[in-house]
Amino acid sequence: MKKERTMKLTLPTEELMSSGNLACQGCGATLAMRYVLKALGQKTALCIPACCWSVIDGPVPYSTLAVPIFHCAFETAAASASGLKAGLEMVGDTETTVVAWAGDGGTFDIGIQALSGAAERNDDFIYVCYDNEAYMNTGIQRSSATPYGAWTTTTPVKHFKNRPKKDIDSIMAAHRIPYIATANTSYPEDLYKKMKKAKDIKGTRFFHIYAPCPTGWKARPEDTIKFGRMVVQNCIFPLYEVENGEKYTINIRPREKKPIVDYLRLQGRFRHLKDEDIAFMQAEVDRNWERLLKKCETK
Amino acid sequence: MKKVIMGNHALSWGAQLARAQVIAAYPITPQTQVVELLSEMCASKTLDAKFIKVESEHSAMAACLGASLAGARTFTATSAQGLTLMHELLHWASGGRMPVVMGNINRAMAPGWSIWTDQNDSLSQRDTGWIQFYCASNQEVLDTVIQAFKVSEQLLIPSMVVLDAFALSHTYEVVDIPDQAKVDAYLPRFNPPVRLTPSDPHAFGGLTSPEHYFEFRYKLQKDMEKAPALIEETGREYEKMFGRYLGLVEDYLCEDADLILVTSGTAGYTARVGVDLLRKEGVKAGNLRIKVFRPFPFEKVRQVVAGAKKVAVVDRNISYGHHGIFYQEVKSALYGADHDVPVFGFITGLGGRDVTPDTFKEVAGLTMAKSRPEEEITWIGVKK
Repeated sequence: MKKERTMKLTLPTEELMSSGNLACQGCGATLAMRYVLKALGQKTALCIPACCWSVIDGPVPYSTLAVPIFHCAFETAAASASGLKAGLEMVGDTETTVVAWAGDGGTFDIGIQALSGAAERNDDFIYVCYDNEAYMNTGIQRSSATPYGAWTTTTPVKHFKNRPKKDIDSIMAAHRIPYIATANTSYPEDLYKKMKKAKDIKGTRFFHIYAPCPTGWKARPEDTIKFGRMVVQNCIFPLYEVENGEKYTINIRPREKKPIVDYLRLQGRFRHLKDEDIAFMQAEVDRNWERLLKKCETK
Repeated sequence: MKKVIMGNHALSWGAQLARAQVIAAYPITPQTQVVELLSEMCASKTLDAKFIKVESEHSAMAACLGASLAGARTFTATSAQGLTLMHELLHWASGGRMPVVMGNINRAMAPGWSIWTDQNDSLSQRDTGWIQFYCASNQEVLDTVIQAFKVSEQLLIPSMVVLDAFALSHTYEVVDIPDQAKVDAYLPRFNPPVRLTPSDPHAFGGLTSPEHYFEFRYKLQKDMEKAPALIEETGREYEKMFGRYLGLVEDYLCEDADLILVTSGTAGYTARVGVDLLRKEGVKAGNLRIKVFRPFPFEKVRQVVAGAKKVAVVDRNISYGHHGIFYQEVKSALYGADHDVPVFGFITGLGGRDVTPDTFKEVAGLTMAKSRPEEEITWIGVKK
């Protein structure tokens, strides 16, 4: 008898997100949601503040997701999630995983107070920040997650962003929460594995997911996955996890650390940069990488 | 059971008797004893609730909304700066039809820093779609919290139970604490028609086009219009079970009064003393205390002042560039009414300046001296 050939799948085939959503072409945030829900399953409830995803999901009365959503105020993702979790428990639902799902503006900027409060209390939910590195929903304005050197509509080329991206992961690690992970949709198995792991941990868990935005980055939609690969290879956005704020583990180490210039040259938002600007940025990336390696060694 | 308790503790007792399930709150003077006692109640398990000790009032209300959406009975309390920090989410609560009940201690807004009473904090929230109750005694505070849950949960509209800083919040009075079993019979468990659950997934409050938004707001107003009748009905039911009626207004000697002094909050009971003094001097005065500010009890106000020759509204608040806020409301209620009665507007007691029976004697004297008001605002007790 002929042996049947089967393909081994690394992710579940069940989809909790349907087509027909309102995302732009090549949206990394959309992929992020799809993979996260594959890991968490249907017993999940989302708190989504103002961000691209409050549009992507579709207008009333539609929703592209098979899980419930509380569309909450911009600065309240974490506090809403704290309340939702408490409310669900009080009505007898102790199983549902509550997820605060916010963009970088809603996390690094306007939502950081509520996030810090919830993390200090170690409230029991997963906070996901999908980071497209600017206020993309309002039309590409800089946030504190925008990288050094980038053009946005509020950091014009003549006066590009001259401060580095805020180190949100270290801020969260300083809260000594049980679990922090960075993730990237170009490495879906790694994202899936870490999200599964987080699901079984109690307390505040924080995910920082790199989410390319071709529209805001002035890049080609077909490069989204490529960007995700590149930022791991050039160490702009390393994939790692932090347990209890102390134990750092790098999940995917680049075989050979690549220069950042090739990544920058594929994006219109960095087109204006001179060689010396890029050298300055490279030095910053190198320093951050060294810092991370040190954190991994000591624990 | 009778206990001597402060106004703030009357709020806590009300929340406990109502079996609030989730509390999220942040401390602010003069509200702190509300959350201190609730913390004790949760810790000693006389109240089976989760108390989320948030890092701001904004997060307090956000957490309440999440909990309410899950179908939990939810309570918080705040004051002044805290209330106004919540402002965005007050709209969220009513627009999202989340029946949170909140205690607010009336405190004057900074600057300069003031911890003393006036009503500008809560009256600034006039158009947020919350039901607002103004209380005049600790008993009324406790009773109103229980009633507010009943009204809010039936209409899916949040309620604010308001009391004056210090004059009530820190003043001890004898309060009859109702029997838990009787309160349970009066106030059934919160069982919203729709709640957030993965077993029946919905997206709440997403992007709403002009095709739908208008109707959501129309329905909110239509349900708000049901509140006056429901407040009276639940108030009568409360009276049957507990012996105390909880209505939209309270009138004192208004039936034969020539002059009606309109007040809210604790100034109402001070006004009664003023009325008694005036009656002794032969002035036929009465007091109308407006308990529910939103929805505004237009019909009740018209009925009560129908026989009066003059009405004087005493406001412990101001809408800058306009007049006293209750004064605006009373005038608006009487516009087009069958009887034409002159309404005089007085502002007093801002930032906790004392309001005494003499205040009302002065108000009465000034009102009786003129046939019609010459100014929209007459200031009482201001050092000009």
